[in-house]
Amino acid sequence: MNVPPALRYSDTHEWARLEGDGTVSVGITWHAQDRLGDLVYIEVPPLGKSFEKGQACAVVESVKAASDIYAPVSGQIEAVNAELASSPEKVNEDAYAAWMFRIRPSDPGQLGSLLSAADYEKLIVAEDH
Amino acid sequence: MPFIPHTEDDVRAMLQSIGAASLEELFDEIPPDLRNIQLEMPSAQTEMQVMRLMQQRAQADGEYLSFLGGGAYEHHIPAAVWQIATRGEFYSAYTPYQAEASQGTLQVLFEYQTMLASLTGLDVTNASMYDGASALAEAVLMAVRLQRGPRRVLAPATLSPVYRSVVRAIVSNQDIELIELPYTPDGGTTSLDSLARWDGEPVAALIIPQPNFFGALEPVHKLTDWARAHNALAVGVINPVAAALLQPPGAWGEKGCDIAVGEGQPLGVPVAGGGPYFGFMACKQAHVRQMPGRIVGQTADTDGKRGFTLTLQAREQHIRRSKATSNICTNQGLAVTAATIYMAMLGPEGLKGVAQACHANLIALLQRVTAIDGVQRRFTGPAFHESVISLPVPAQELLERLRDDRILAGLDLSSDYPELGNALLVCATETKDESDLDRYAQELRGALAPIERTAAA
Repeated sequence: MNVPPALRYSDTHEWARLEGDGTVSVGITWHAQDRLGDLVYIEVPPLGKSFEKGQACAVVESVKAASDIYAPVSGQIEAVNAELASSPEKVNEDAYAAWMFRIRPSDPGQLGSLLSAADYEKLIVAEDH
Repeated sequence: MPFIPHTEDDVRAMLQSIGAASLEELFDEIPPDLRNIQLEMPSAQTEMQVMRLMQQRAQADGEYLSFLGGGAYEHHIPAAVWQIATRGEFYSAYTPYQAEASQGTLQVLFEYQTMLASLTGLDVTNASMYDGASALAEAVLMAVRLQRGPRRVLAPATLSPVYRSVVRAIVSNQDIELIELPYTPDGGTTSLDSLARWDGEPVAALIIPQPNFFGALEPVHKLTDWARAHNALAVGVINPVAAALLQPPGAWGEKGCDIAVGEGQPLGVPVAGGGPYFGFMACKQAHVRQMPGRIVGQTADTDGKRGFTLTLQAREQHIRRSKATSNICTNQGLAVTAATIYMAMLGPEGLKGVAQACHANLIALLQRVTAIDGVQRRFTGPAFHESVISLPVPAQELLERLRDDRILAGLDLSSDYPELGNALLVCATETKDESDLDRYAQELRGALAPIERTAAA
């Protein structure tokens, strides 16, 4: 079970990590990339755009599906990972190193209401049954 | 009913199996007043009687000499085109989506895509759209999606009124603003000055027809460069026969058009009753993920043999659902097959020859009609296979008189462009010969003669 304990998780399979500069890095979990299959394309959110928690802000496309990525916290996009445009397979290789975007949260409290690693593990076990 | 194979025993057994008392019971959610509507139908006739009736009707309607353009064009279709296209393998192949599509079908579509990419000078094409007008609407939606911000699209008044109307119908409830650009009164092309008003304003796309609805050639390089300089996407709307002779959209301006669409009917599809036709769409590689429609790709199977497959499917409805790139799924594959055979038979040189013959015929026609008193070209400047002439009488009168002589003389522009006065859009394709052009001029002269005499008196 590949669920790093230090990260926070959404029930839509994004992981979130608070960085030193106050932004939150976001990517998809190992479980998500495993179910999607080989990723072929990632549409990152536009820089500077603001999203509400739970709003669709990015798209990942695999050979068999295209899935929306939802902002785990409300805020404004401060950075996007340009590497993923040419190498989307990096997400399959190491889901937790391949951050997709960094969002500056408008409400820092929201991070705390995301799932802990233990709760996320319970979620994926339940979903797979 | 001789074509339904079920016997009464079969029907009874099926009804029993599903627990229904009668066939009528299966329709009981339809309100009674909508059921069992009696249609006023004449009594049935034999196949022989129907064929005779159709032959009589066809003879009564007669064959017209057509100088009518305005979006659908009469061209010679080599006999081999429909001989091949009506083969059972093409003609009655079931809906060719991935799992059921034969390699043959996919290969034809791949060839078609390759030819269209070559014709438009752009990187990728899809396997066709419903028709030219809806292809343009899809291009507008695509451009707005790509831009992820501005929702304003500039559409010249010189774009076909039908296309403008279809685009408006499709985008009007999607919060997209369509702005009409005026045309120059002398040239009949999009006014470059009118673009200045949009400097500094966010514009998602600029639509550029070539040729435009008047048959006039637009300043496509300047228009495309304006779009690029203003961060707008350039969407070309082209005639595929003209494209063989003129600069293709991929070569417009410094960097070329972003998306090009048009009506494919001139490529081996009969004018018929207005359809079925097909729309084509091509775009730059960078935009391919937002392009709607099926896309056929070339790949290799596990033995390394070449094969064809539908690709980039994740954008489509059966996967992306409401967020798919389009909600239209009509297949015009048969018309596309005919067009592919037509293009394969003619090749780029042959198609260019068709275009040149159309152009020569238009020039010859215009020379003859402008020699008639009171008839002039309405716009100066180059035109492709159709042009607007000004008349001393309303076009409608002339059309009726010439129709009695079995000539479809052109398209009356007065309802869509009242500012043009008595104006007629006349078209001459390669199907006309000298005697046809002479006949047209003669009939036109004859129809106008009484008016001349009255004016002179």
